[in-house]
Amino acid sequence: MTFKDLHIISMKSFSRDMIDHILDTAEKLEPIASGKTKSDLLAGKVLAVMFFEPSTRTRMSFETAMMRLGGDVLSLGSVDASSIAKGETLADTIRVVDGYSNAIVLRHNKEGAAQLASEFSSVPIINAGDGAGHHPTQTFLDLYTIRRESHLEGLKIALAGDLKYGRTVHSLCYALSLYGAEITLISPKELRMPAEIIEDLRSRNIKVTETDSIEEAIADVDVLYATRIQKERFPDPAEYRKVANSLQITTELLEKAKPDLKVMHPLPRTNEIDPKVDDTPHACYFNQSFYGVPVRMALLALVMGALE
Amino acid sequence: MSHEETPVPEIRVHPIKNGTVIDHITAGQALNVLNILNIPNAASGVISIIINAPSVHGIKDVVKIEGRELNVDEVDKISLISPKATINIIRNFEVSEKTHVHIPEIVDGVVKCINPNCISNSNEPVSSKFTVSTDGQRIILRCLYCERIISEDIGNHLL
Ligand SMILES: [Zn+2]
Repeated sequence: MTFKDLHIISMKSFSRDMIDHILDTAEKLEPIASGKTKSDLLAGKVLAVMFFEPSTRTRMSFETAMMRLGGDVLSLGSVDASSIAKGETLADTIRVVDGYSNAIVLRHNKEGAAQLASEFSSVPIINAGDGAGHHPTQTFLDLYTIRRESHLEGLKIALAGDLKYGRTVHSLCYALSLYGAEITLISPKELRMPAEIIEDLRSRNIKVTETDSIEEAIADVDVLYATRIQKERFPDPAEYRKVANSLQITTELLEKAKPDLKVMHPLPRTNEIDPKVDDTPHACYFNQSFYGVPVRMALLALVMGALE
Repeated sequence: MSHEETPVPEIRVHPIKNGTVIDHITAGQALNVLNILNIPNAASGVISIIINAPSVHGIKDVVKIEGRELNVDEVDKISLISPKATINIIRNFEVSEKTHVHIPEIVDGVVKCINPNCISNSNEPVSSKFTVSTDGQRIILRCLYCERIISEDIGNHLL
């Protein structure tokens, strides 16, 4: 299995073997990610970080990953100040930056941008989110978190919140289907998972249950994955408050859960999780955001050919 | 012979000497076929159009074009809006070739993506690309960039 020069665009192009290999590699690199061990695995390599829309956490996570491996980071400055504001195409920008770097991390507001970039780049493109499209490194870090904090095999997981628009939740479901997970979907009726995705999962022999009550689902699951509910999805603020309160994860709610239930959230949270939950052993959303570093280190080292 | 099988479009239109008869066009798609062929701009001969002609398999449209044979690109486009169409090349009043349209695996620069936020709809130096599949009834196009699916009214999205 070689990942050298592979573009990381969509989870769909990864088999279970490939995912397992990435997660194994991340686990080996975790001591370096936390700063316990030093590494110069990517010394002399340059990562170009091109964010056409802001996402500070994702950007910092990639930059940390590169620096922990001894590599250098080249950042596209503010988009307004750069040639993009002068009307340069993404294709041209990529062809220029390609000459300065060993890999390019791209975040863009248009869907399909990473695919387009890959057609013009001789170095690997890593998609860090394209519009409402893919965000594969988020899915890898979610899978890694589940593997580290719980277990991927025979997993029972509940996903709660905005399941309609959350594309990262969609690709997480597809990835989990490779591991035979049982999936419970918890959402208000306005924000239900698209029917075709549920159909796809069922056609892969995945047990999918839909409910609008977190209380019903929580007793039986190993992982509860909450996502942010955006106020602007609701025309009526009262309706939003009703939904936000009914899906809130509180310590009282967690009394009904298995003792080793893990609560995940991609962050930032609004009021999906009561801060009191932070001090319970169930909380793993801060670990989850740290795990982005070893996972991105693994991807960088693999696509740059520093690791097999 | 049953009632449905009797009418044959050929009896309503004069035979042509040289040209193309596109038969079994999905009913209602004849005008889109003309659009694909850039007719009337790109034709000099007589064009005959039959819309909603009864046939063995229900109603269909037929287009006859004198003095012109179609190229592969045109036939590919027709297949997207009319997967059951047949192309009959007429030479000296005789059908010299009869082929079913072939549904391509990928279409490039043929259909515009319906997603306004798709990178293929910006000023990048790429053409729109779709993978083509079918569920037996409909043609399903999936944008190679944003993965948006077009399965209805494809004729309205032709470039
Ligand atoms: Zn598209």
